[in-house]
Amino acid sequence: MAILLDENTRVLIQGFTGRIGSFHAQEAIDYGTKIVGGVTPGRGGTNHLERPVFNTVKGAVEETGAEASLVFVPPPFAADAIMEAADAGIRLCVCVTDGIPAQDMMRVKRFMRRYRNESRMRLVGPNCAGVISPGKAMMGIMPGHIYLQGRVGIVGRSGTLGYEAASQMKEHGIGVSTSVGIGGDPINGSSFVDTLRDFEADPETDAVMMIGEIGGPQEAEAAAFARDHMTKPVIAYVAGLSAPKGRRMGHAGAIISAFGESAQEKVEILKNAGVTVAPTPSEMGATVATVLGGLNQAA
Amino acid sequence: MDIHEYQAKEILAGFGVPVPRGGLAYSPEQAAYRAREIGGTKWVVKAQIHSGARGKAGGIKICSSDREIWDAANSLLGKRLVTHQTGARGKGVYRLYVEQATDIATEIYLGFVLDRKSERIMIVASAAGGMEVEEIAENAPDTIIRLSIDPASGMRDFHAREIAFGLGLEPSQVGQATRILLGCYRAFRDMDATMVEINPLVVTGDGDLVALDAKMSFDENALFRRPQISELRDKSQEDPRETYAADRGLSYVGLDGNIGCIVNGAGLAMATMDMILQEGGEPANFLDIGGGASPERVVKAFKSVLADDAVQAVLVNVFAGINRCDWVAEGVVAAVKELEIGVPLVVRLAGTNVEEGKKILENSGLNIQTADTLADAATKVVAAWRAVPAIAA
Repeated sequence: MAILLDENTRVLIQGFTGRIGSFHAQEAIDYGTKIVGGVTPGRGGTNHLERPVFNTVKGAVEETGAEASLVFVPPPFAADAIMEAADAGIRLCVCVTDGIPAQDMMRVKRFMRRYRNESRMRLVGPNCAGVISPGKAMMGIMPGHIYLQGRVGIVGRSGTLGYEAASQMKEHGIGVSTSVGIGGDPINGSSFVDTLRDFEADPETDAVMMIGEIGGPQEAEAAAFARDHMTKPVIAYVAGLSAPKGRRMGHAGAIISAFGESAQEKVEILKNAGVTVAPTPSEMGATVATVLGGLNQAA
Repeated sequence: MDIHEYQAKEILAGFGVPVPRGGLAYSPEQAAYRAREIGGTKWVVKAQIHSGARGKAGGIKICSSDREIWDAANSLLGKRLVTHQTGARGKGVYRLYVEQATDIATEIYLGFVLDRKSERIMIVASAAGGMEVEEIAENAPDTIIRLSIDPASGMRDFHAREIAFGLGLEPSQVGQATRILLGCYRAFRDMDATMVEINPLVVTGDGDLVALDAKMSFDENALFRRPQISELRDKSQEDPRETYAADRGLSYVGLDGNIGCIVNGAGLAMATMDMILQEGGEPANFLDIGGGASPERVVKAFKSVLADDAVQAVLVNVFAGINRCDWVAEGVVAAVKELEIGVPLVVRLAGTNVEEGKKILENSGLNIQTADTLADAATKVVAAWRAVPAIAA
């Protein structure tokens, strides 16, 4: 059943009628995603890509029964769009937008806490490639054809490095249950731990490939979670071995500013927690293959 | 984005934080004049560069006459100061801040950061000020007070009092400290800062609190709504290679190696650098061309990378999702022709329209090596770099 998203998930697009929103909505439709409509304030009552457009998320949810939302709203307005989705009862929100102010994300995360845990919206991103359950549905900007359907989960901050992992795994004949891009921002919706927990609970996932990078505490938290709460093997790679301290490497969150935030330190922490670490980014696929091989022999 | 000390002090003073009297100077004469304006008998001449630890690098001089101020200013202006934060090239001193000297009784550390773990603004304070926060964490960890603020309620007076009493301040100083703490918090929040640091915040001989140094950094993603902060950008403090790229919408970080990198996506860019290192080479830069890159954008990326004279080979690595390999290939071909690239070039394309992209490179008749995988690309570019005659010499 994969995690977060499958062929039955009813998906809205926020920022539906814009150039970028339209392009990726069409790609998602072509992939087989159940896109039930979109939201562009002021364009309600019209049709776009043969689907209804609504002024508000609440209106869209009432009419279409949408449970998930994919956000392509520009940075100055994206935090508001995410909060609107949470308020309308959306269960899963994937925000692709890059460039949202950090304090806006701080307020979004605080806003979401007003909902009880069981009814709280799950946010993925921002500044991410999105979520894809190969062969079923995608909410994001990834090239769908590079993923083979299968039983290994992928979770990573970087979009293109996630593609790299998926294509290396495909070379080894290994498919993906769901790939989740959690994004490169310092304050993001889903963490590595949130996503590992989902994969651990998913009967259709056997192992997880986790792609981290310099900056922030999330890889160390994931290492502790994998050690204490996971039965499934985790394979990791951490990008940025050659990144100097204190320099921001593209992603707003990719900066070494404290102890334990360099790639070397994160690799150590992960190894100590029993996570298998791919020595180089070109060996992500091979490392997954080796770990899976070990599983099959043990079985 | 970083700003200078004098700019941070001006902003914080606007939020009610007391700072010593001071003035900006661009010449020794102006520095001496500023001291006259300020009055008194003792002044501090401070080099304005985007770095901490200026004192150890000789960037802060205490003076007690016109002559001394003139000499201090003359020796600093136009120099490059090297601190452990600036890298070996250091940073140029083009502005000085002349300040009234302060009578210091004790020094406090005060920092506001965006804490990624609590996802809140966090206050870090210590009575062991004057040294860097890393040193405090090592030498006097027990003195550190941390408090994170719920954005829904904001910082309240009681938060500030908790810190002030925690720092061991006298009851008569707690009111002042509260105003300073709340002022810093409001400046952080209202200006979209990512860091506010006052180190040291001093208690003077008279028992007053004054911000002796100040540092602020700002969220680049929020500059669209902070035009007054954008104006404070000082390009003289940036790596010129980075300024060139940033002005063309590219994300570039200059490094010390010889192999130029042009990649899409920050993670893949870092991974590509890691592969080059693994193969025994050294990356000259980080460069992310972003999504939906046009051929023109690829040419600009080449210009940015080749502006660095140290570059002796270039690797292009694109895994196209929303990018198109054919566009990237067209950009590569245009760049080779337009810029007459003399260094070896290795191109790895994957993803959307990869076959069309490869065909464009093949049919160009240019001397471009292609690679199919990340490993192959890294091996080829490092081998090509090693074969460059200058390396052998």
